[in-house]
Amino acid sequence: MSTDTAVPGLAAGVGRPAPGRPDVGRAFRALLWRDVFVTGRELVPFLLQVVLQPVFLLFVFGKVLVELGFATAQYSDVLLPGVIALTAFLTALQNTAFPLVIDFSFTKEIEDRLLAPLPTALVAVEKVVFSLLRALVAAAVMFPISWWVLGSLPVQWGDLPVLTAFLVLGSLVGAVMGMTLGTFVKPNRINVVFAVVLTPLLFTGSTQFPWQSLDTLRWFQVVCALNPLTYVSEALRAEMAPDVPHLPLGLCALALTGFLVVFGVTSLVGFRRRALD
Amino acid sequence: MDAAVQVTDLVKRYPGRPVNAVDGISFTVQRGEVFGLLGPNGAGKTTTIGVLTTRVLPTSGTASVAGVDVATDPVTARSRLSVVPQRSNLDRALTARQNLVFHAAYHGVGRAERNRRADALLEQLGLGNRGGDKVDDYSGGMAQRLLIARALMHAPQVVFLDEPSTGLDPQARLFVWDRVRELREGGITVVITTHDMDEAAALSDRVGIMDHGRLLALDTPAALTRSLPGSATLDIDVERAPEDTDDAVLAALAPLAERVEQVADASGLRARLYLSGDAAALVGPVSEALGARRARLTGVRIGEPSLEDVFLELTGRELR
Repeated sequence: MSTDTAVPGLAAGVGRPAPGRPDVGRAFRALLWRDVFVTGRELVPFLLQVVLQPVFLLFVFGKVLVELGFATAQYSDVLLPGVIALTAFLTALQNTAFPLVIDFSFTKEIEDRLLAPLPTALVAVEKVVFSLLRALVAAAVMFPISWWVLGSLPVQWGDLPVLTAFLVLGSLVGAVMGMTLGTFVKPNRINVVFAVVLTPLLFTGSTQFPWQSLDTLRWFQVVCALNPLTYVSEALRAEMAPDVPHLPLGLCALALTGFLVVFGVTSLVGFRRRALD
Repeated sequence: MDAAVQVTDLVKRYPGRPVNAVDGISFTVQRGEVFGLLGPNGAGKTTTIGVLTTRVLPTSGTASVAGVDVATDPVTARSRLSVVPQRSNLDRALTARQNLVFHAAYHGVGRAERNRRADALLEQLGLGNRGGDKVDDYSGGMAQRLLIARALMHAPQVVFLDEPSTGLDPQARLFVWDRVRELREGGITVVITTHDMDEAAALSDRVGIMDHGRLLALDTPAALTRSLPGSATLDIDVERAPEDTDDAVLAALAPLAERVEQVADASGLRARLYLSGDAAALVGPVSEALGARRARLTGVRIGEPSLEDVFLELTGRELR
């Protein structure tokens, strides 16, 4: 230490280069820790950002309309699982899409990560894992809020494993879809694309209605079947409101896994395209 | 000692482009050397540096940094090199000091060590009391210094600087130059890309000049300027013997230079000799030749060609 400070010059303060191969796992954890660290300091703004919309949705459709007699009390059973699914899915999607567009096209902040000693694909995976964490926090916060807004919460501790599994799966699909959008869409088009993509995702995800009761509106049912969010909503509904008609859990898991594989590949391709020339 | 940077027959063609951005270049940078890569916009400098810093995949040929092939083992290469970009890409969600500490964490530097290095580097780069500031509050010069500090946090063996003093005020520019020299003294290899000929001449041990994806010249700045034909000048003032004529004196000097011309506006006899190579070495022979005619040399001015002359000679004058 004392010799370091005695020698003038920049290189002296730095010390010796690390020999051998770098520790990839350590680099990955450090990237993740940076994201968690930054979010931790901005937890309240983050929660306001992701929770406000679903809370109002829940309040107006699950509480106000029921109180006014325009909807039955059973409707909140339909709505609650859908809203929680929506929260997780969209939080994950937005968390990979927007920051990546900004990082790659404007601030270039991501460059320091791309030069970290780990494979480029793992930088993308880290973003997906981080989005998953944020989505799970947002979904978890929705439970006490829902209880507060609706006055009851139809969840037992025993439901937790299945709910967690589908929230994880759904958030992963949301994250890789977001990364695909964020890396393929031209930065100057991102506002348009988001408006065109987000609103339909929001309303065709079977959040506000059970998918199976759409038989009378066949074309819309088909459209909804193409939205991955449908399978998250249906799976959560199967667990939280089993009396409401719903798709079987196995089918939901299968569909979500399929979407995860397809968009997982496209997101990695898109990320690589932006990261490497 | 092996080379710090080794580039062999490197070619890069971007998909859908008719020509190679980098068209078969080879060069070596020795350890501890400051190497300047010059070239007009679109010459292929940025692509070359992109390959060396693992961000551009080569089409063919090989490139290695600190003994690691950047195409086959980019992960290890990244741990041995670092990049100071032209435009700040600092993490704006973090403070200045956190930028340094997290960068080192990405590179696996232990907690105590990365804190020590961050404090030492902030101090050395004159940011000691601004470490807690958000980088948004930093001026261009401060951001540049912080980028240099960040680049050193993981003790790289080769540092790539892209246009290191573009947009800096003269003080900041000299400060950055001094830091580059310190790096070389510390045994760190530095590769600079720049348009700024003064910067290249002042800092670089050797300079490579690129255009159209090819390396046109590579040598020390002094050797490059010496090699430029007829661009060094020697202006002389002569007091000739009364019976001699101006023309006869000029004719006597002609064999010594590539071209001799009289400078019109001078009151006495003033001549300009154009030559290749070292103008100062010609003062002796000129003085002797004049002495033989009983003329006296009363004034001498040496005009050295600059690196810019070399650059323009090699790359032409048209706008890109």
